[in-house]
Amino acid sequence: MSTQTRSMLLNVGPSHPAMHGVIRLIMELDGEKIKGVDVEIGYLHRAFEKMCETVMYTQCFPYTDRLNYVSPLINNVGFALTVEKLLGIDIPERAKYIRVIMSEISRVSDHLTCIGATAMELGAMSVFLYMIKAREYLYELVEEITGARLTISYVRIGGVKADLTAGFTDKCFQKIADVRKVLIEADELLTRNRIFFDRMKDTGIISKEDAIAHGITGPFLRGSGVAYDVRKANPYLIYDRLDFEVPVGTKGDNLDRYFVRMAEMEQSLRMIEQCFQQIPDGAIAGELTGCLIPAAQMVDRAKMGQTDGLIEDEVDLDPTLQGSTKKYSKSINTDRRDVALPPKEETYSNIEGLMNHFKLVMYGHGIRPVVGEAYFPVEGANGELGFYIVSDGRDQPWRVRVHPPCFPIMAALPKCLVGSMMADLVPTFGSVNMIAGELDR
Amino acid sequence: MTPLQRVQEQFSKEVIETHTFRGDETLMIHPSALKVIAKFLKETAELDFNFLMDLTAVDYLFFAGGRIQKEFRFEVVYHFYSLKHNHRLRIKVPVDEKSPEVDTLTDLWASADWYEREVWDMFGIRFKGHPNLKRILMYEQFQGHALRKDYPFNKRQPLIGPKY
Amino acid sequence: MSFMSSASNFFTSKMSDALGWARKYSIFQYPFVTACCGMEYMSTAAGHYDVDRFGAGFPRFSPRQSDVLFVVGTISHKMAPVLKTVYDQMCEPKWVVAFGVCTCTGGFYDNYATVMGIDTIIPVDIYIPGCPPRPENVIDGLMKLQEKIQKGEQSRTLYDPRTKIGRPAHLQQGYSVSQHIKESSS
Repeated sequence: MSTQTRSMLLNVGPSHPAMHGVIRLIMELDGEKIKGVDVEIGYLHRAFEKMCETVMYTQCFPYTDRLNYVSPLINNVGFALTVEKLLGIDIPERAKYIRVIMSEISRVSDHLTCIGATAMELGAMSVFLYMIKAREYLYELVEEITGARLTISYVRIGGVKADLTAGFTDKCFQKIADVRKVLIEADELLTRNRIFFDRMKDTGIISKEDAIAHGITGPFLRGSGVAYDVRKANPYLIYDRLDFEVPVGTKGDNLDRYFVRMAEMEQSLRMIEQCFQQIPDGAIAGELTGCLIPAAQMVDRAKMGQTDGLIEDEVDLDPTLQGSTKKYSKSINTDRRDVALPPKEETYSNIEGLMNHFKLVMYGHGIRPVVGEAYFPVEGANGELGFYIVSDGRDQPWRVRVHPPCFPIMAALPKCLVGSMMADLVPTFGSVNMIAGELDR
Repeated sequence: MTPLQRVQEQFSKEVIETHTFRGDETLMIHPSALKVIAKFLKETAELDFNFLMDLTAVDYLFFAGGRIQKEFRFEVVYHFYSLKHNHRLRIKVPVDEKSPEVDTLTDLWASADWYEREVWDMFGIRFKGHPNLKRILMYEQFQGHALRKDYPFNKRQPLIGPKY
Repeated sequence: MSFMSSASNFFTSKMSDALGWARKYSIFQYPFVTACCGMEYMSTAAGHYDVDRFGAGFPRFSPRQSDVLFVVGTISHKMAPVLKTVYDQMCEPKWVVAFGVCTCTGGFYDNYATVMGIDTIIPVDIYIPGCPPRPENVIDGLMKLQEKIQKGEQSRTLYDPRTKIGRPAHLQQGYSVSQHIKESSS
């Protein structure tokens, strides 16, 4: 007499406590062993690529914010760099440094969230609270510069929206020290924690060859021992002037990826510090050449022809536009007037600036690259984030394609899971750091 | 010798056109030669393209407001990367509107699997020999292909709730 | 007789007051987190803003054990049936919070993939706009929800984007996937 056994089908998601993000896994189980996994995505498909085809180049930025919403600045930078490549322009040094500083802050906040969420799902709630505390410090920095916490739309084509504020450097160093403290705490809580260690070690293994075949990049690939980092391989902005290491793992299990992320955060913090040492000086806040007058008054004076000395005056702006006045504009924006908006004083006080502004924001005018196509990769928090833009010579992109770093990792998820135990799903999924906005777009 | 020149030298007949715009090397090839060229890219030691970084398609219907005429409506775009030599190459394959079909690359790069499903979902281009060609981002009941230029961007097909 | 009825009214109203008071400080929430707003939801829930001060610090990941559904993030048409299922599984009395502008109106994702406001599918009690709303904004919404719970009010209306008016929920019931397929195939 023989006994027949059947495997069980288990549906996990799309709304599941251990899945931070909407995804559905249909698993075939033999007892507690995973025999097969079918991954279904698309629950957060928001038509990013289609929406970008319907708006102007500058209006794509809010959409790119919401791709990887844990590190939105890197998406902004990636998109801006691709359009700049299409246009064939370069941006001022200071803007490059600002972009790098903000990208690295975003990367740290992304890794903090990833490790915090993974730890929470493995039962270490306090680590999650600590990590979110550290992320809150970084959000304060981001908010100080960009005006928003999360969806910031800070980068502009040809530069950035606003310059760094006065005293930002000291504040940043203070926050970096605070974040380092939290990282040490988290390291003490997790790294030698038996439960965490045993659940992460030897689970979710992916070999170097498989990872490359699946096109995986970022911390996931580096965990498997391949030192591929876009910042080293194709340095963009000023990454070639910074001294940093690319941490790699050996085995490609969850623990390796955890160590890689922890080490990367330290490297990112180091990079920010180096940037502050190298960054060229911009305008100093508080230094006035003329008078500080409100925007409405400036417009009125210009309309009535009272232009004596108006060229030296500075406009008192709404807080949302802070840091984009004349004295900052030169050091953070390109001087190509068909790309970057003129400084606010010019828009308010003379007709040339006003026309320039209108020409850039009106439909049918705007930024118009020549017919062509460009692909530009940047190192996102999860791996290579590439934008491929096709221009047809009009002010709207013909096609915007984003290469999302999560996508190949999710495709390879069955490879990591098949043959392991059911409980290994949680740490493996945590270390993937799936961001649905970027995966489904 | 750049990867572009190397491929052009080997397959001069199959290459339709080449260009280098802002440093991106691009090859347009005949669809029939895709498999052979892809194999060549992957297995030649001096090229060694071990990453299929990205795979997508572009719909050129009424391109640039109709000012630029393209012979074929779609183009499937492949981005390759070589870890060893640190170089990139873009390959484009024109696809006809009437029979949108290209050979699959899933047997050479595992990453092609999901990318090709996405292109099928969004553009309705079939990949000959793909093991599991079904929709990936949209649901099975969805009619049409969303990223085609003739699909209105706000034409909804709700599963539940009112239709609008 | 009049005295008796007013006394019973007095007791029932006191009773419901007490119940409302108890309920509003023990919110068991189901976070239906899909997108970007989840990050601000995390921030609100964690130590810095501490939503636990309002008695809502305990997320239950089972719809049957929770009484407030937080819909956090964009709902796509693919996700809509899942949301409806989760809502139907919750026990009465239940409240729904639309967190973020995507759930309120669809936001700037006016396209083929996104539901234009979850109030076309399930009735919504509190709308918290913002993309994403700041934690302070979320806490404000939570306090508004507490007021509503105290009064024992629950929303029962769905928004109909075709006629642009709200209709009672039961009139829009029965609009199912199978019906949609039948209509679209015919």
